[in-house]
Amino acid sequence: MSDFESLRQKARSKYEELRTGQKPVIYLGAASCGKAAGIASIGGKIKEILGELGIESKLVEVGCVGMCCYEPMIYIQKDGKAPICYGNLTTKVVPELIKDFLVDGDPRTDLALGAFDGPQTEGVPRLFDHPMLKPQVRVVLRNCGVIDPTDIDHYLANDGYVALQKVLAMTPEEVIEEVKSAGMRGRGGAGFSTGMKWEFCAKASGSPKYMICNADEGDPGAFMNRSLLEGDPHAVLEGLVIAAYAIGASKGYVYARAEYPLAIKHLNIALGQMREINLIGENILGSDFSLEVIVKEGAGAFVCGEETALMASIMGERGMPRPRPPFPATHGLWGKPTTINNVETLGTVATIIREGKDWFSHFGTEKSKGTKTFSLVGKVQRTGLIEVTLGTTLQEIIYEIGGGILDGKKAKAIQTGGPSGGCIPASQFDLNVDYESLTQAGTIMGSGGLIVMDEETCIVDIAHYFLTFTKEESCGKCTPCRIGTHRMLDILHKIKTGKAEMKDLEKLHEIAWTVKNGSLCGLGQTVPNPIYTTMKYFEDEYHEHVEDRKCRALVCKDLIRYHIDAERCIGCGICAGKCPVDAISGEKKQTHVIEESLCIKCGICFHSCPPKARAVEKIDAEVGQDG
Amino acid sequence: MSSKVREIVESHGSNPSNLIPILQDVQTNDGYLSENALAEIAGLMDVSESTIYGVATFYTQFKFVKPGEHEIRICQGTACHVRGAESLLDFFKTNLGIQPGETTKDGRFSLERVACLGCCALAPVMVIDGEVYGHLTTAKAEKILTEYKEGKR
Ligand SMILES: Cc1cc2nc3c(=O)[nH]c(=O)nc-3n(C[C@H](O)[C@H](O)[C@H](O)COP(=O)(O)O)c2cc1C
Ligand code: FES
Repeated sequence: MSDFESLRQKARSKYEELRTGQKPVIYLGAASCGKAAGIASIGGKIKEILGELGIESKLVEVGCVGMCCYEPMIYIQKDGKAPICYGNLTTKVVPELIKDFLVDGDPRTDLALGAFDGPQTEGVPRLFDHPMLKPQVRVVLRNCGVIDPTDIDHYLANDGYVALQKVLAMTPEEVIEEVKSAGMRGRGGAGFSTGMKWEFCAKASGSPKYMICNADEGDPGAFMNRSLLEGDPHAVLEGLVIAAYAIGASKGYVYARAEYPLAIKHLNIALGQMREINLIGENILGSDFSLEVIVKEGAGAFVCGEETALMASIMGERGMPRPRPPFPATHGLWGKPTTINNVETLGTVATIIREGKDWFSHFGTEKSKGTKTFSLVGKVQRTGLIEVTLGTTLQEIIYEIGGGILDGKKAKAIQTGGPSGGCIPASQFDLNVDYESLTQAGTIMGSGGLIVMDEETCIVDIAHYFLTFTKEESCGKCTPCRIGTHRMLDILHKIKTGKAEMKDLEKLHEIAWTVKNGSLCGLGQTVPNPIYTTMKYFEDEYHEHVEDRKCRALVCKDLIRYHIDAERCIGCGICAGKCPVDAISGEKKQTHVIEESLCIKCGICFHSCPPKARAVEKIDAEVGQDG
Repeated sequence: MSSKVREIVESHGSNPSNLIPILQDVQTNDGYLSENALAEIAGLMDVSESTIYGVATFYTQFKFVKPGEHEIRICQGTACHVRGAESLLDFFKTNLGIQPGETTKDGRFSLERVACLGCCALAPVMVIDGEVYGHLTTAKAEKILTEYKEGKR
């Protein structure tokens, strides 16, 4: 048996022992989302109570299974049975749960979300039968939330690096052919054939060659890449090594977003472990292939997600895009052949090799193969990270997985593709999510952000929001994008504040056309997408803002006012105390009033009015003004 | 001359591709990029100060004024925006009496907007001194801020 095989054997028995051992194990969902939800204090409480009860238990930190809305989450494994998942924990319930389960043997089915695969516990449903998980197909996310991402043995025990071993016995051409015929398309936005991209670079002359993993994830409101890197970094790195082998690269980079410190930490830990057992370095696993990989931390610029800007940033320059061609495949880092792939693209590659192209391509549609991860957020009941086969409808995603709209409100739209994408109206939620259908609807797949909007979201405000973002992020190199974003934002601002005329809408369309067709890079070329789609699908809302100076969602500040309902006001005085401009007056226990001329519409009174009173209302600025 | 800046530049080497990591480390150490530090980096790397400024000002991560004792960053990403991040930012602006990018007069708090923290499922979200807080409401944010003000956090 080779050294590597014996390492894998050892890893398998270690993992097996953890999963089936008699000693209880408590897994903590400790990805960034878990941390934000307070897993640290839950973990602290657990340690405290274990100490008090004198129970010996292992604590293991895992990534996120994607059910972020149930965070903080833990899974408890007892008597070698499958771990049971508990969500929405508080430091108050956790001691009870630990005591009931670990001392009295009561698995508290009332608190359980479900059990993982393996020997089941009576009365606890299977976790993967949970409505949020059932429609999902987990290929990329298979290990997320299941294994300890900082322990390479966990990855090895779950078929980790099997694909790399297989690849090292293949020729680079065979590897490229396998990925190409699997129908794999890039998950970073444009959906270009991954195999073809590798082939261009493999055939390009020049050395050294570079392989880059794009972990810049700039789409605000999306976190697929963060979650994968935090929860299963080896899956991405295995893909990176395979890609580097296919194109003949000797140096690899992971360009990661600075806002993702935990992902960066896990990447560096993983790389250290790989170096130790020769999964990177000289003559990887005894082959002729050598590769060094380093992590580069981004410095906060959306445009650096664009491949040529990203390369400029790696070289220590201002992250400005340049015209293509020449493409990175021939002229990349330091003018050498370079391939850039997204985190999820690389995270999928090892599975394609391991399971085979036919297995992979039976998922998805004719032209969009495989599965795709999405971050499902916004006004939806169950928010989180999901993975579905391409071709799943928006309806299934929003209503089955997401459980429908928050607080029983009406759905308005869903935004896909981030600032480069567009809004699809609720009337088209039967749309299939695949590259072609989304493009036809005027938006793009993008990297996988899905933001659900309800009747309380103003569509003009959303267009204004994206333009504010892209105006700030425009690097300024080309004029259409630099000036065009400013002008479009000016017009949207006029609409939002009720100062626009109908001819401004035409002008907006015109400028959008120029920016789309005249910009240098993908940023400018796609900036108009949110405007086009919102104007196309929600024309009446634009007209209302312009002609009636009305915002039906009651979002645009200049078109609304705050008012205290005299019948409901209990005179508690909280709003008056919080108002930063002293615009509210009234005696204790008496009805309060807002002095309109002073009000800055910050909404603090609205948010601070006690739920039992709910006396502060947001209303149309024109309503009851003269009464 | 600060020996720390020299140490950082030396640990990375003065190859131009190391400029961004060097700036990041200096900022981690000093909290921001001071004029002195930038001049020193330019000298040590043998590139013009304007090149260094050109690169540093391009990236939003870099700060050129000393931040407050506590750094508050409010997420303005799309998920947070649709779940009320703007009123959250309004609350901090009025409560602290400063605009994003500014520091309170007593130097205790600075306020910033951030594009997305990757915790979108818990929107709206903010970070104070690296600690992430999710599912915020104005009331919850006020409670947290008060604890910082009273030195309980
Ligand atoms: C403005 C802009 C931002 C981008 N941001 C990202 C990003 O954050 N992550 C990413 O993988 N690709 C991003 N891209 C796409 C990349 O340029 C590139 O196409 C992608 O990384 C290729 O990987 P793939 O073939 O695996 O999809 C961006 C493109 C543009 C124009
Ligand atoms: S949008 Fe706020 S954390 Fe992502």
